[in-house]
Amino acid sequence: MSNTIHDMGGMHGFGPVEPELDEPVFHAPWEGRVLAMQRATGAIGLWTIDGGRASLENLPPLAYLASSYYRRWFLGMERRLVAHGLIGEDEIAAGRSLRPGIGLNRTLTPGDAQNWRYPHFDRPAPGPARFTAGDRVRTRNINPTTHTRLPRYARDKTGTVEAVRGCHVFPDSAAIGAGDNPQFLYTVVFSARELWGEEADPAVSVSIEAFEPYLTAA
Amino acid sequence: MAADHDHAHGSDHGSELSEMQLRVRALETILTEKGYVDPKALDAIVENVETKIGPHIGARIVARAWADPEFKRRLLADASEAVNALAGYDPVAAHLIAVENTPRLHNIVVCTLCSCYPWSVLGLPPVWYKSFAYRSRAVIDPKGVLADFGVALPPETEIRIWDSTAETRFIVLPMRPAGTEGWSEERLAALVTRDSMIGTGLAQTPQETAR
Repeated sequence: MSNTIHDMGGMHGFGPVEPELDEPVFHAPWEGRVLAMQRATGAIGLWTIDGGRASLENLPPLAYLASSYYRRWFLGMERRLVAHGLIGEDEIAAGRSLRPGIGLNRTLTPGDAQNWRYPHFDRPAPGPARFTAGDRVRTRNINPTTHTRLPRYARDKTGTVEAVRGCHVFPDSAAIGAGDNPQFLYTVVFSARELWGEEADPAVSVSIEAFEPYLTAA
Repeated sequence: MAADHDHAHGSDHGSELSEMQLRVRALETILTEKGYVDPKALDAIVENVETKIGPHIGARIVARAWADPEFKRRLLADASEAVNALAGYDPVAAHLIAVENTPRLHNIVVCTLCSCYPWSVLGLPPVWYKSFAYRSRAVIDPKGVLADFGVALPPETEIRIWDSTAETRFIVLPMRPAGTEGWSEERLAALVTRDSMIGTGLAQTPQETAR
């Protein structure tokens, strides 16, 4: 959903950032298995990367805040697997398979895994871009109950288009099974004062990557 | 302190560790028995992220850009194209963007919504990058965040935060340290820290690496 706990930009109270010296890639072996299962089940093709993100964002806020990163991934993955009918709640409770799997068109082989590449999200443009570098734009004040990539702190704010990044899969559509619905993507930069008020540091600016439906001419 | 410390959950909080080991193992068993995943494919994925990708890739890209002005020009114009043209690198995501630090401008990358990060050139993100503290504060208090990393910039330096809200991915091209004229790319790469390519650090100086 849109205004869920994951949208954290500008919140206070989470304390200092604490870098860890000589951090390992994973802090326990199960974290690596969660990452691998996430990728392998994603390759089945039943949901998009945005659908996957939405299932994390929709975790109950207390569970989201109380869980480590890979635990959130795990909880979201369990929900997604059940929602798509791949496994049953009874199987999760039993800790084993209780019935044969459903037929799948695709699964990830070890060879696929070795040659895995991050997918492309650019798509042919259905028409010309509405905005160009240098244009002043205002972000829309939207509050959809479904997935969006327009953070709350950058809604209803005026900024400047810095770059046109081509036409990309529109997450707001892809997350709800409504297809790629390709849209132009822009880097839009805001002054910190526009985002946070007159007290903000005039030397700071913040950019987001904004899809065209998020923007109006300013 | 906060419940957000993933490593605390991984190593200090034995209850989550054992609970998660059991639950994750059970889910892998279910998915394997149903024919949805192949444990050997999972092994290959883990091996790739643990041994192949990492900030050493980004460090070599930065070092090349410092040493070769033409490569730097191409990197800043189209980072995906420039990096993919380097022999010996796996293709990176199509939407890699390199942003250059200068004496006037310092860039910092964040993903306020979750954890978007340029895996193909920096590997998996560190826990702090995914922490609630970093995600919440980078956009509203970047100087405070830099102070958490022990970084203080000259007051006249402008700061630009890049929030990774789409599939575009950002790598910071840090400033080349003084006193490195004529260095080989290999020596230069040793100065390039992961954090300097995120923007929460600076490249190391020759004096720092000599310590």
